[in-house]
Parts: sequence; structure tokens; C-alpha cells
Amino acid sequence: MTAIASIAPAPGKTRAYHFPRCARATLPSGAKAVVAPMNKLPLVTVTLVFHRAGADADPVDRDGLATLTAAMVLEGTQACDGSALTERFESLGSVLTIEAEWDATLVSFTVQPERLDAAVSLVTDVLGAPAFPARALDRLRAELRAERMQLMAEPRTLADAAFAWQCYGSQSRYRRPLAGTAASVAAITLDDVEGFWRTRYAAAAATIVVAGDVTESRGMDIAARLGAPRAAAASPPTSLDTSPREGRGISVVARPGAAQAEVRIGHIGVPRGHPEYFPLTVMNAILGGLFSSRVNLNLREKHGYTYGAFSSFDWRTAAGPWIVSTAVKTDVTAAAAKEVLAEIDRIRTDEVDFDELALATQYLAGVFPLRFETTLAVAGAFAAQAMYGLPADYFDTYRDRVAGVTPAQVRTVAREHLHPEQLAVVVVGDPNELRAQSSNIGTGGTTEWSPDDVERAL
Amino acid sequence: MHVPVDSYSLDNGLRVTLSEDHTAPIVAVNLWYHVGSANEREGRTGFAHLFEHMLFQGSEHVGVNQHFELVQRAGGTLNGSTWLDRTNYFETVPSHHLELALWLEADRMGHLLPAMTQSKLDTQRDVVKNERRWSVDNRPYGTCWERLQALVFPRTHPFHHSLIGSMEDLDAASLDDIAAFFRTYYTPDNAVLTIAGAFDPQDARAMVSRQFGAIPRGAGKPPLASVDLTPTFGEWKREVVPDNVPLPRLFLAIRIPPLGSDGWYAASVCGAVLGLKKGSRLYRALVRERECASDVTAMTFDLTKGNDLLVIDVTARDGVDAETLEREVIREIDALITDGVTQGDVTRALALIETDAVVAMQAAQERADRLSMFATYFGDAARLNGEASRYRAVRAADVTAFARASLGPANRASLVFVPRDGTA
Repeated sequence: MTAIASIAPAPGKTRAYHFPRCARATLPSGAKAVVAPMNKLPLVTVTLVFHRAGADADPVDRDGLATLTAAMVLEGTQACDGSALTERFESLGSVLTIEAEWDATLVSFTVQPERLDAAVSLVTDVLGAPAFPARALDRLRAELRAERMQLMAEPRTLADAAFAWQCYGSQSRYRRPLAGTAASVAAITLDDVEGFWRTRYAAAAATIVVAGDVTESRGMDIAARLGAPRAAAASPPTSLDTSPREGRGISVVARPGAAQAEVRIGHIGVPRGHPEYFPLTVMNAILGGLFSSRVNLNLREKHGYTYGAFSSFDWRTAAGPWIVSTAVKTDVTAAAAKEVLAEIDRIRTDEVDFDELALATQYLAGVFPLRFETTLAVAGAFAAQAMYGLPADYFDTYRDRVAGVTPAQVRTVAREHLHPEQLAVVVVGDPNELRAQSSNIGTGGTTEWSPDDVERAL
Repeated sequence: MHVPVDSYSLDNGLRVTLSEDHTAPIVAVNLWYHVGSANEREGRTGFAHLFEHMLFQGSEHVGVNQHFELVQRAGGTLNGSTWLDRTNYFETVPSHHLELALWLEADRMGHLLPAMTQSKLDTQRDVVKNERRWSVDNRPYGTCWERLQALVFPRTHPFHHSLIGSMEDLDAASLDDIAAFFRTYYTPDNAVLTIAGAFDPQDARAMVSRQFGAIPRGAGKPPLASVDLTPTFGEWKREVVPDNVPLPRLFLAIRIPPLGSDGWYAASVCGAVLGLKKGSRLYRALVRERECASDVTAMTFDLTKGNDLLVIDVTARDGVDAETLEREVIREIDALITDGVTQGDVTRALALIETDAVVAMQAAQERADRLSMFATYFGDAARLNGEASRYRAVRAADVTAFARASLGPANRASLVFVPRDGTA
């Protein structure tokens, strides 16, 4: 009826792309400064990283201390309590966040440039002399309790938590939730919080990133104010045990009457600094990282078992998990798991052809500029570079490194780093429907437990 | 901040907006069809969204799974979404692949039906049923939005029924329904196209004409059932849902003027004063001071037909029952009505809204989507550039006047989730 070309139009002329430039400096306190001017819009993001102040630094029996300390710092100073701090910051049109991740605590805000100085003053005050009011500690513990109840009632987060427990050995911090549990947080005292802040929020252990509508010299001034020496001394190194849990098998978390089964299949992955990072990333993209990946096309588009199925490496300083995640209609749980296992075997056995490899590498290289359109994303990239010790030319060479991955490398890293015999399987769903299938879901025995059992075990 | 806007129309009625930005070699293609769940016929709830899934199943010149694959192979991202009265489709690609994205959109606008098969429909029906299980049925509080729509809109109203639809209605959808819906609503005169990012405007115009120019205009669409309602509910509506949830949670809906109308901006600011971020009145009072809630948010549905909705969403703290939670929320709202809002309340809300608006302009796709929204709803993409001054014109007295007129007992709808075992 209408004229339209029957083949896809040819691409036009390519335009050059450059990751935002940055200036770097080491401040007198030992803090590192990174300033990336981006002047498209009147916005500036400041991200301050305290290295070795993440959940990896939680002391034994104090899971959640990093997270709780971050929340307690936001409770303000003697002169400006948490309520006033929040109101003043938000009246600048900005939200101050302080959050513990596994590897670091990150302080961040995005603001319009004419309000930047006022925001920085509030942040330097609160980082330098937090008041740590006792009443706030009680309140935040209760908020965490409510959050734990929500997380354990939500099948997705329950499955993630049960999977981590199933994957890592009892000595590993990664076995238990980043923010701790109601029980672990109940044991944390004001002294613990004050001590964590004193030792871990050290200027010498910080990287300060300023990205956005500032000149290089103004950005450096901002970084110098935030990275001025404070009482905090050194931030001691951390070490993380990532030994696997003994014994495999299938773990069913019972939610009677559940409308769907949440499935996690995987094992301990590799650290972020691994030399095979690029082949591993491309291999995962082909297997389950893209919408057009093998696992998603198989489970979703071929079988209609699910709304989506994906695999991912959770990159951390030490080896985080590698997980295939999906949610399926309960009666096809075993059939879906079988397809996942078959796809893992296939990528370990056969070399991918160039066409399939090119889909993944062209995608990863092509979307790279799309990932860094915002000041927040660029600040986050420089923060991650500092956290994981990535090389100085990392962002400039990323696309070439991806494009250089070969079919042989994909199969090699799949063979070396995907371990069918080590897979842990967690299914959260209706126990009656799952019981009949469990012998077909994977190998090893089946353990059945309740969400309450999971929370107690964590 | 001023976003460049260049709008024009093709002879077939397709409205086009171009917005150049050469910061990065990225271009966003964004297409809004002015059709959503409101346009579904009786017995076909969920169809508009199921139909959106079918648009990724190929078209006459694009094979099965090829739509996603071609965009990903080009180094781009893509998706679509369905709302009550619009459906959008979008690709963000390296700038030299602009015409690929346009061709994919044009092929499915002009030539969808030859690619539709029963087996594709059956597979996508299963995918959507799993989406429903995943996002609604197997999720604590997951039924909140369909329950809220059913509570606040009368049975005959086009926004009354569920967007994702019932399993029975999904089962009933046929290839004939696909053909009829496509011919009625997926026409160039019922769509707007926005291109934002790095492109040459002359090239882009030529590409748009080449790809979309020959697609014929539609025959028009049937009118929606009446959306006319009184400005307030006229009563305090209420539904209590005992469910498999850990903590009580209250969704308090307020009927407000439609998006974009003069009265809407004061309502939007009032929502922000009450529930936007941790410095909001409800968060401060209920989470921080009285310690009876664990979280507070507020949002608008952004509806332009009839009325819009403001929804305040408050989750209880462990050990606090639903009655106490609701009483405390109402106490705070009553205080706002009695005492009015302060200049500080409004300054904080406007500052946050303004920064968000600038942040949203950073990414090409988000900019394109907002331009498409203004083009679809108001016939004027450039209206985006007037939003900041519309918000800035809102005074504390306007917000107080809105609160007094609209937040009272005769304009409240409480949807309350309570743990089924009654332990909390």
C-alpha cells in the first residue's frame, strides 16, 4: 500500500565521541580530586567516595554498621539537626545522599551551580562534626526493621537474599545483607557508629569527583573544601573472605499460594579487577545480559515462560555473585531451569559465531556514550574508576577493548568461570507446586524453608 | 534553560518535533500514539498493553526478534510503555543510525499486520500474563493501582479498569482485535514523532518524509466514553484490603484539575509540599517526629482528560496499625488546610521541582519523551519551555487555596492495605 524500503537503511556518517575530560590532583590531606567540566546544562554533581568504608568494613557481629553510620551522619550537627539539614539542602533544590555500598561509602548531590557553594558548606559541616543523636539511632533501627519486613515479603529481594546465603560460606560478609538484619542492627551502639565514622570517613581515604557546569579551578576549590583534613586518621585495609558454601543443591523458600516462582541460578563470580573483565562481560551479554541474549530469547520469546530472564555479574572488589534471574509461572519452573542449564552448557561447549558476537560487542560499544549523558553518571564513572583501581585510559579504551574480544576468548572464559557443578539454585514460590518438580530442577537434594527461616539464618 | 524546538506536520497528519543537541553523538527517536487502556472495548482489558508487546514482534520487512536485534546491533537501546491514554515507543541510537530507528518505527506504523501470527500472539499473551504475575499478583501491594483506579473512577469511566488487564480478557484477545486496533489507532494522524540529539535538521526532515510520508492517514477514532466528573469526589471513598503484606499502607487519592490546566500547578506543588522527599511535611511529621510511618511519597497520574489524581502513599512503621497511620496522615492534612502552607514549604518544593526539570533535560531520550508528551496532549511541544515559569508563578496563597478547596473530607479516597493475619 505504501512505499517503504524493504531492507534497513544504511548508516550515515559517524560522529566522534569522547568521554568527558577530567583534571586530577592530590590534595594536602591525601584525598584525590577529579574534576570533569561538562557545560551543557546548569548542573553540578559532587560525589565523594570514602574507600574501604563500605559493608566490607563492617566489624564481626556488626553487619549494617556502614549503612547505619551513613544514615546517622545525615542526622546533622549540634547546630543543624537532621530535620534542618534536610530542609536546607532541599531548599537548594538538591537531595544529599550518603550510602554504603559493598566497597565504599558514597556521599553525593546534584545542584545548580549558583547553589553549589551553599551545598558544599552544609556537607563539610556535617561530615566534619556529626552529632549522632541517640534518639535518631532508635528511629533508624526501627526504619531498618520495617525495611527488612518489606524485603523479606517481596519475592525478588527474598530470592536474592536466600541466594547469597546459599552461595557464600559462613565466614563471608557477602553471605549476609549489605544493610544488616534487624537482629544485627539491634546490637549496634552509638560508640560503634562514632568509631566507624572516625576511622573510615578519613579525608586521606577519599576521592572527590566534581562533574558538571564548573571550571576546572572552581571544581578543584570545591574538592579542596570537601577534602580538607579532619580528625579521622587512617582507614585500615579490609579483607573479604569469599569462600563458597559447602554443599550444593536446591533451596525452596516456601510462599504458599504464590502466583509465580522467582528463580536464581548461579555461583560466586570474579572480582572487578579481573584481567578477563572484557571477555567475561561480552560472554555474559551473549548468554543473558541483553534483551536479545540466549537466555531471554529462549525463556521469553521462544517459550513464553517469563516476562524476562537475565544473567549478571555483580562486580565488587572481591568476587561477587554471578546470577541468572527470572520469574516464571510455577508449573514450568523445572522446564525453565533446564533451559538455563542447557544455555550455560552451550556457551561453554560451542564457539559463538561472529555474527552473534558482533551483536554483543557492537551493543556494548555503541551504548557506552548513552550511559554517560548525565553529570550523575559521569561522576559515578570516575568514582568507580577510583574504587576499583581502573587504569587512567579506561574510559577512552573501553569501546576498543570490547570490540577486540574474540569467539575463542568467549568460550575460554565461559569454561574457566562458569561452573555447572557449583551452581546454587534458589526458588521462591508455592511449595506444593514446586515439590513435584524439584527433582527435575537441578542436582543435589532439596531444602525447603520459610521466609522467616531465611531471615533468622541471615 | 531553553530547549530548541522545531515542530511541523506531514500531509498525513504526523506531527514531528526536532530538538537539536550536539553534545554527544547520540540521537533519540520517540513516538507517542494517542491511545491507551482508556480506548479498550468492554471485555478486552489489558489489550492496549498486549498490543504494545506485539509491536516488537516484527512487521512486513522486519523479521521476528529483529526489531530488538537491529537496534542493539546498532549500539542502541529501545523500549515502549503503555499508559491510560497514550502508548510510547522509543529508540536511542548512535547518531549515524537515526534512519534505522525511523525505518523500524515507520515499518510497524505502515506495515504491521502482515507479520502478525497466532503463535506470536499466543507467546506474547503468555509473556504479558507473566508480567502481570510478576508486577501485580506476586508482589506485595501489587494490585494497588488497579484497585485505586476502580475506587476513584466510576464504572463507566474509561480510566476505571485495569491497565494490565485481567487474565480472562487477555485470553480473549484475538488477531482480529489486533487488526481492528491497529487500523483505528496506529495511524500517523494519531501519533507524534520527536527526534532529539545530534542530527542535521535537513537530513532528518528528508528521512522523516522518506520513511513516514507515504503512510496513509487514518479514518479517525471513536470518541471516548465521557470523562466528565465533578471537580471533587463529593464523599470520602474507602476500600480496605486485607492482603499478604507485612505492613499497613495507605494510598490517599485526591481529585485535582487536569494536567496542564491553570489549577494543576498549585495542586502539583501542594503534593510536593506534602510528600516530595524527606523534607516534606508528611515525611517530617510521620517518619521523623511521630515515628509512625516508615516511608512517604506523593505523585500525580498526569491525566489531561477530565481530572487528574494526586496520590499520597504512606507505609506504616512496624507495630503501627492502619487506623493510627491514617489518623496521623489526616491530622497533618487538616493542619495544612487550617494553617495554610508557608513560603518555606513552597520554596523547597519549587527548588526541587526546578532541579528535576533541568536534570530531565540531560538525556536525549527523556527530553524527546517530554516534548512528545506536550505535543500529544497540548498540540504544542514548545510548551515544555514554559513549564518553569508556570511553576514559578505559583504562590503560597495559591497552594493554600487549593488545599482548602480540594483536600477536605469530601475529596478523599483511602485505599488501605492491612496485613491479612492482623498481626501488625
